[in-house]
Amino acid sequence: MSFSLTINGKSYTVDAHPDTPLLWVLRDYLNLTGTKYGCGQGLCGSCTVHLDGESARSCQTSVAAVGGRKVTTIEGLAATLGHRVQQAWIAEQVPQCGYCQSGQIMEAAALLAKHAKPTPQQVGEAMSGLICRCGSYQAIRLAIARAAAGGAQ
Amino acid sequence: MRTELTRREFLRSGAVGGAGLVIAFYLPAKAEPKSRGTKPSFQPNAWLQIDPEDNVTIWVGKSEMGQGVRTSLPMIVAEELDADWTRVRIEPALADTQKYGNQLTGGSTSVRTSWERLRKAGAQARAMLIAAAAQNWGVAPDSCRTENGSVIHELSGRRARYGSLAEAAAKLPVPEKPPLKNPRDFRIIGQSLPRLDIPEKVDGSAGFGIDVRVPGMLFGVVARCPVFGGKVARFDATRAKAVKGVRAVAPISSGVAVIADSTWAAMEGRKALDVTWNEGPHAALTSAEISRRFARLAAGPAAVAREEGDAEAALKRAARKLEAVYEVPYLAHATMEPMNATAYVRPGSCEVWAPTQFPSMAQQVAGKIAGLPPEKVTVHITLLGGGFGRRAEADYVADAVETSKAVGAPVQVLWTREDDMQHDVYRPASYHVLRAGLDADGRLIAWTHRVVAPSIGGQRGEKLEGGLDTSAVDGAADLPYAIPNLRVDYVMANTAVPTGYWRSVYASQTAFANECFLDEIAAAAGKDPVELRRALLNKAPHHKAVLELVAEKSGWGQALPAGRFRGLAVHGSFHSCVAEVAEVSLAKDGTPQVHRVVCAIDCGLPVNPAGVASQMQSGIVYGLSAALRGKITIDKGRVQQSNFDDYQVLRFNEMPQVEVHIVPSSEAPTGTGEPGLPPIAPAVANAVSAARGQRVRKLPILA
Repeated sequence: MSFSLTINGKSYTVDAHPDTPLLWVLRDYLNLTGTKYGCGQGLCGSCTVHLDGESARSCQTSVAAVGGRKVTTIEGLAATLGHRVQQAWIAEQVPQCGYCQSGQIMEAAALLAKHAKPTPQQVGEAMSGLICRCGSYQAIRLAIARAAAGGAQ
Repeated sequence: MRTELTRREFLRSGAVGGAGLVIAFYLPAKAEPKSRGTKPSFQPNAWLQIDPEDNVTIWVGKSEMGQGVRTSLPMIVAEELDADWTRVRIEPALADTQKYGNQLTGGSTSVRTSWERLRKAGAQARAMLIAAAAQNWGVAPDSCRTENGSVIHELSGRRARYGSLAEAAAKLPVPEKPPLKNPRDFRIIGQSLPRLDIPEKVDGSAGFGIDVRVPGMLFGVVARCPVFGGKVARFDATRAKAVKGVRAVAPISSGVAVIADSTWAAMEGRKALDVTWNEGPHAALTSAEISRRFARLAAGPAAVAREEGDAEAALKRAARKLEAVYEVPYLAHATMEPMNATAYVRPGSCEVWAPTQFPSMAQQVAGKIAGLPPEKVTVHITLLGGGFGRRAEADYVADAVETSKAVGAPVQVLWTREDDMQHDVYRPASYHVLRAGLDADGRLIAWTHRVVAPSIGGQRGEKLEGGLDTSAVDGAADLPYAIPNLRVDYVMANTAVPTGYWRSVYASQTAFANECFLDEIAAAAGKDPVELRRALLNKAPHHKAVLELVAEKSGWGQALPAGRFRGLAVHGSFHSCVAEVAEVSLAKDGTPQVHRVVCAIDCGLPVNPAGVASQMQSGIVYGLSAALRGKITIDKGRVQQSNFDDYQVLRFNEMPQVEVHIVPSSEAPTGTGEPGLPPIAPAVANAVSAARGQRVRKLPILA
């Protein structure tokens, strides 16, 4: 089946089985490889993207379910509020191996879009759906606080 | 067995371009960088190049898996080169032992073993640049100095950027013994410089193994027998091939590969594959049986690893005796990027793109399959989405190479999370019997530690003299405490469960047993855990230094809020010493919560102190996941866990506040990747034991 998708402000048409997870459409059909596969079950959050600005696990979202919603991936985040989040991530030197960080940044950006000054509880709830194995959690907490405070400086 | 699409048929069907499939070309590892100018560049050795435009390129021979080698190793070269750090860019080296030496990235060796070699590489270039400038100016080389990428002659006020000297320096002989800087003059080493790999890791452009895209590539997954040691009995590819996008089904050594236009189609094809397994001789194996066997073996003969005094006699005369058994389970690595590799085998050539910790092993394994000598195999080392020892293997490389060979196209083989968790090489389970004797004054006069564990080397067929795997007693045999009568021995307890190197290897088990038992001894002797250890560490100054630093920084001995308890552990591994204090409370339901971890490390001179602190954070988080919930169990010869729902790891809301303190040192750098891990389990277990009033002797704590 043919699907029309708007990703990072660009239009794409892909021919795929309707059940194909958006994750694999992004990675294998469109070569937007910044979005990562980690578990395929919505357990780790490495595949997090935005659908109309809301965080979504692309491994649990079929291409057919995207509908008319605008998709933003890590590659397109800098054009939005994401830039500030990415700068904060650099300032706090968050990534180690870096594999989970696309998802972490997308989740944090969606959180900050919804709550400009999130409470520790809100941060904890949003970020606990994602897994990092390297030990970046403490730096992520600092980076979110920095981004919420208004910038990388 | 049904015949598969032959290579010839496959090629006829067209290797590229499924319906709607867009192939872009992304080649993460670039060839040797070329100078933009026409003048030649200066490359005195394998490690660096300076071009006439003043760009400094430094090759990194070790794999970047989060530990920061793509920053710390260039810092060492740049220091001795006296480079302008803002002009430094890095290139990942290809696999080439001849050129770069041992590229195995493991055992916390990268900085420690590259230290002298990379200092020399930078110093050679610096000496040659000085010589070139001096020749040019007609002055004595020793009247010149360098600073931030320039050679300077103070007397005449002349200065020249390195780039302008590149052509002349390239014509000079390479000095064998260039002068090294006095560490007092270091201006790059010792700074917490920002990591060079971070910008690409926040915008999605970083190239991990799974991100490799080569022209015409296909995607594969492999159906593997769930039982260890099992094999394919027969399979029928008809239904798998009926799945849209599936191109081929091919038997390979590890199982049956399903190859398709996309990873998803390959996974769907695998679901549809009819395969019957011959489960082999281990189909009845269970964790309970393994535990019982370890206990049985513990009572039998053992190989002595260290013996001082007469522990048995001392135990007999001891006023007080203690004995305890500690047990830990098998563990999976669960790197965030599951195992994968991409390979392209053509007649007479083989190219591999792999997130590997062991490039030369990848070359060997690929070469054997492709029928080429290892050095003829090109291995591009991508970024690694975590390594932790798992990527020191080459099983995932073999999958890709065999699959590419079978279909005659470039193929990326991905292990799903379930494949990754159920076909790992696991941290060995182990069983530890410890005994101690105290004299009438409460002094520790005897210690025995029997380690019962599978031998990683032994299971791979390594010959081990007298049944002793010295690696399996790492951390046990080198106990730093001064105890007059001591014996450490080992019982090899191999099983059908494949084992491998897991961050800190056997120190992850032995530190838990040692440091928890020492707390039991402290309690029995009525001594403070810090004081007991301090008194036993007079001949171990590095251990003592971290103990004292962590005691000070954690506020050891000072009152805690009601319901909070501290636990301490000290452990030396990979040439470094680390002490950690954990603060723990119990939730209403009894679940331990770790609030704070204070860590002190002595790792010699810290090349990048922020990097050292990150590695401590990382070891602590990785070890805490294991200590609290990590457990791989076996039933019917197969792993019961499959994903992050049943193999739970630490999440954001459970992260304690971690504080890292580095003991000042001017000694050569030692390891940091692993040493932060061993103390965390016993530190937390000791705190939980204090909170519960009952000893924790088995991991995970939340069993």
